[in-house]
Order: sequence, then structure tokens, then C-alpha cells
Amino acid sequence: MIDIAAFINALTFSAGYNTAIVAVGAILLGWAGGTVGTYLLLRQRSLVSDALSHATLPGVGIAFLLMAWFGGSGRFLPGLLLGAAISAMIGLAGVEWLTRRTRLNSDAAIGAVLSSFFGLGVVLLTIIQSLGIGRQAGIGSFLLGSTSGMLRNEAYTLAALALFVAFLVFVFRRPLTLVCFDETFARTSGIDIRRTDLLLMFLVMAVTVTGLRIVGLILVVALLIIPPVAARFWTEKTNTMIVVSGLVGAASGFIGTALSASVPNFPAGPVIVLVAAVLFVLSLLLAPARGVFYGLYRARAFSRKVHRRQGLLAILRGEAIYDKDTIRVLKSEKLIRGDGTPTRAGLDAAETAAREEALWTIYLRNNPDAAYRAARMRLDPIADRLTASEIAELERQFAGPSGVLPAQ
Amino acid sequence: MGDLYIGLVLVPMTIGALAAVSCALLGNFLVLRKQSLMGDAVSHVVLPGIVVAFILTGSISVGPMLLGAAAAALISALLIELVRNLGKVEPGAAMGVVFTALFALGVVLLEQSNTREVHFDVEHALYGNLESLVWLSGMDAGSLFNRAALADLPPQLGRLVLALAAVLIFLVVFWRPLVVSTFDPVFAQAAGVPVRFIGAALISLVAIVAVTAFEAVGAIITIAMLICPAAAARLMTNRLIPQLLWSVLFALLSAVVGFWAAGSGMALIGSGFSVSAAGMIAAVSGAILAVCAFAAPQRRGAVN
Repeated sequence: MIDIAAFINALTFSAGYNTAIVAVGAILLGWAGGTVGTYLLLRQRSLVSDALSHATLPGVGIAFLLMAWFGGSGRFLPGLLLGAAISAMIGLAGVEWLTRRTRLNSDAAIGAVLSSFFGLGVVLLTIIQSLGIGRQAGIGSFLLGSTSGMLRNEAYTLAALALFVAFLVFVFRRPLTLVCFDETFARTSGIDIRRTDLLLMFLVMAVTVTGLRIVGLILVVALLIIPPVAARFWTEKTNTMIVVSGLVGAASGFIGTALSASVPNFPAGPVIVLVAAVLFVLSLLLAPARGVFYGLYRARAFSRKVHRRQGLLAILRGEAIYDKDTIRVLKSEKLIRGDGTPTRAGLDAAETAAREEALWTIYLRNNPDAAYRAARMRLDPIADRLTASEIAELERQFAGPSGVLPAQ
Repeated sequence: MGDLYIGLVLVPMTIGALAAVSCALLGNFLVLRKQSLMGDAVSHVVLPGIVVAFILTGSISVGPMLLGAAAAALISALLIELVRNLGKVEPGAAMGVVFTALFALGVVLLEQSNTREVHFDVEHALYGNLESLVWLSGMDAGSLFNRAALADLPPQLGRLVLALAAVLIFLVVFWRPLVVSTFDPVFAQAAGVPVRFIGAALISLVAIVAVTAFEAVGAIITIAMLICPAAAARLMTNRLIPQLLWSVLFALLSAVVGFWAAGSGMALIGSGFSVSAAGMIAAVSGAILAVCAFAAPQRRGAVN
């Protein structure tokens, strides 16, 4: 199965010159894809990239035919990528036009462009096959990508393109972030929204075209979609999300190409996507901001606090407790005994709870706007949440003009 | 009319048309519900389903493959909902995450298992092989009444007839709740229509049809037919039943013209190319939509 030595070689860029160049390209591509994809996700246009990538196929076919016609090899990568870029732009214009000028929604426009351009591309591919001008291997690899058997020139081209895209993203990150984060503010700061959107689409196109040869046109959208969605679980801040997403993309490109180089029959494109998917699942489960486990933990902790507080108030009022969870929580903290009667510590805690409830009630009356936050805060010890002077003020109001705290 | 016309042309053309019409009918509701890309997603995840079924059973018989594909479609629909709810991202992004990840899994599994020998690869899954679904016993009109010859019909034909029947039955039985929940889900909910159930049933049926069509004609036709004819029909009329009829017409037109253009059409313009019929059918459906987008009476909609 996996050859550890080969894997380490690949991770340290010592598995051969071509592999190293491809790995660098994949890292840059992953970073650019993750970053551009974040903007795309925030603009709610993730799947436009799917139409774009499928729309590259006719361009690749036509470029191949043209180059073969003029006596070239047909497999000349920059030419094929130029064709891909042109037909992707036509496809993108088609999506924009269908959404703007007809009643169709963007999903139908995307699907229509995607399927008809792809169909046309397949027609061209079969024409190329039946012409028998050979070397279709170079063309077929545009569907699912491949890094094995890549020529050195191709690897250079891709790495240079990836570097160029990464550079553009870096240069234009400020206007892009502004437009995604707050369109109105961006407009008042003098940023041309339409032009920035066009720039974004150009970057998406550039990532897609660069990714075609490595990841393939069916899966290249994954580079633009999976990293930002994974990053979404780690943070609520746009700037952090952009960085995290770029890192997820770069890591996917890096680990994916290394795995592909060290395991037989592990095609680079799908493996890069699978690595991204694994990182996504890990984020979904483990991320502190919005991850599932942390969410469950928080929900449990909250429910525990509610049971504790309600149980203590019941003790103070001398009521019997019937709720099983409440009894369990109180027993685990040794606030009640096995027979349900409160311990000394339980009585003390109950008095504290009642006092804090009373203070929180006054706090809420003074600050009605804080009701939402207070609903969670009031379950914690009040000294953790409010300053000493705030508490002193609440106690002063609680005591009333006589200055004596009422007996509890 | 050549002797082999029925077997070599009419049968595959009919199979293409059946797949196209089944997909197009359901596509209308996907377009109206802004769920067009569900078909795209489902068609992608069929691949891992089929590969897993192959790995588990070790055979390429149709039953397990259809089951595997249907299971994968169902799982993907659940996963999309899960990602959408947990990640609080737009449905498109959730869909993109799920279908690319599952498709990548399918490709890797395919490369890892030794499916190469049994003529099964990603390209076959994408393009299908409509041209190969011929009926060699169908020599002349007489064989249409010949029991032995009929038994030789490609089995895909029967399965697609069943799929189309399922679609028609679904439409007739659930017509009112389906229409109400499509156009006004809030009202439908208030009126006691099981909106979620209808939505789930629609997606399940899309999955079943997509899987059946996919196995017969490949992913391209399936995706194109779920979207293009219905989108074009949407530009023709404001009323639902005429829209369904237009979509059926466009689907038939795409299938017939596309198939013809891929075979005889190429010969007609004097080229010896053999061209993918699936790709051609998809391209023709896109061309029909383009014409409608330029000239159809209701292309702007009622509002503007």
C-alpha cells in the first residue's frame, strides 16, 4: 500500500525534480484556490466555478484541433490553456447573460451552461479521437487531471501560472475583502463593485485553468469550494477565514501530490480533493468556533448549568426535585445526598444562587438590551461576569435605601 | 429504410428519448424550485455508488449497481443537508463540497480496484455509450412482433420505460401537493401539505431516474436533460402544464436531432467522424435553450 519512505521523500521535495515542481505548483494552486474560493463563497457564487470549469472543455478541444491543423503537436500546454480560458469566459458570459436577461435563476443558468458546454467538449474530444492524430492522452488528462508523465515544460508552466495567480490574489486582497465583507461600505470607499466582481471571476477562471491539468475539470471546483467551507468552521472573521482557507488548500495540494507520488494508482487530482475533504471533515468535527464536538460540549455544559441553578433554587424553596438530570448534576457535585436532602455545601450554594438570581434580575431591569447575552451569562458566578463595582452597585440597589440586605 | 434501421438507429434513439423525457419532466420542478443543480450533484455521486457496489459484489450486474447508485444518491442528499445546516453555508457550496468529495472518492476507488479488465471507467460513466445499445435482432418491422427477437432488446429500454412510468405516476398522484409546494411552500405548509415529504420524494425520484438514465446513456445526457429542456420551456410560457409539454418536446427534439447529428449528420457532411451521441444531445439541448433565451415569448418573465 503506502510506501512511507517514498511519501517522506515526496513531502521533502526529494522524489525527483518534476514531482517537486508539480508539488510546488499544487501548493500555490491550493493556496490561490482556497483564497479565491473564500471570496466566491462570501459572494454566494461558489457553483459558478462549476460552470466555468466544465466550459473549458470545448476550448481545449478547439485549441488542440487548431494547433494540430497548423502542424503543431496539439499537446502544447499554453495553447490548450489559452483555449480553455477563452471558452471558460464565453461560458461565464453565458451564465451571466442567462441570469441577467432571462427569468432563469442562476442555478438553472449554471447547470445549462455546464452541461451543454461539456457535451460540446465531448463531441470535440470524440472528433479528435476519430481523427487519430494521436497523443490524446494529453487531452484525456484534462478530465481528471494527472501529474504522472507530465513533461518538465508543463510542470514549469503550471508552477509559473500558479505563482502568477497567487501573486494576483495577494495584490488584490484588500478590495476583494471589502466587497465581500461589506458591499455598501466598499462602494462608499470608492471601490467599483462590478469591476471587482469581474476581477474575482477572472481569478476564478485563472485558478480553474491552472488546475485543469493537475486536478481535472470535473474536480477543480473542489479547490475553490471545499477549503473555504472548511475554514468557515474555524472562525467568524473574514480575514482569518481567508488565511485558514488558503492554508487548507495549500495543505491539500501538498499532501495530495505527495500521496499520489508515493502510492501506486493514486491519481493526483482526486487525491488532492480527498485530502481537502478529510480536512473539511476534521474541521466540521473538531474546529473550536463552529465544530460539531465543541458545539455538543457547549450545549452539554449549558444544560448542566441550567440544571444546577434550577435545582439549587428548588432546594432553597424547600421543594422536592423530580427531574432525573437535575438530581444527577446535584449529586455529582455533592450538593444533595442520596435521599435528596441538601448537604451543607448544597445549602450554601443555594443561597448564593438565589442572591445571584436576584442581582441578575436587577441587572436586567437596568440593562434591558443585554437580555440576550444575559440569558447565558446569568448561569455563571456573577463575579466572573461583572466587575466588582458593578456588583456593588447591584447590591446597593438590591438592599434599598436602608442599606441592609434582606434576610435570605 | 435500411433493414438495420430499427435495430441500429430507432432503438438507441428511443432509449435516448425515454431518458431525456423522464429527466425533462422532473427537471421542470427542479428549475421552479431552484434546485436544478441537485441533478448535477446526484449524477456525480452515482459513480462512487456504482464502484462500491462493484467492489462489494465483484460483478458488474445491473441490480447491485443500481442499488449502490441509489444509495449513494440518497446519502449525498443527506450529507448536503447536514453540511448546509452545520456549516450554515449556501446550499450551492454544501452541494459542491459533497459531490466533489464523493466523486473523487469514486475515482480513487476505481483506480485502486481492478476494474480495468471489466470495461468500466470514468469516461464510460460520463459519456455512456448510447451507440452500443443496439438491437441486432431488429432486422425489420417483422421482428417487432417476434417474441425471440424482442427478448434481445437492450434491457435498458425496459428499465427506462419503467422509470418514465414511475415519473408519470408520481406526477399524476402527487400533482396538487407537488404544484402547491413548488409555487408557495409557506401556503402549502399552512394548508397541511407534507412539503418536506414531497420535496424528499421528488429528489428520490430524480435520483432513481438519474441512476437509470445514467446506466443507459451516461451522466452528460442526464444532467443536460434535467436542466436544459425545462429551462427552455420556462422561457416559453407562464403556465405549468404547457411548460411540461414544451419541455417534453424539447427533450425529444434534443434526443432525436442530437442522435441523428452524431451519426448520419456527420456522414451527410461528408466526414467520417464518429461522434459521441451523448455529447451531441447535450449540446443540442443547450442550443435549443440559447434560441429560447434569445427569442422565446416569456423569456423576461411576467415581472419585467
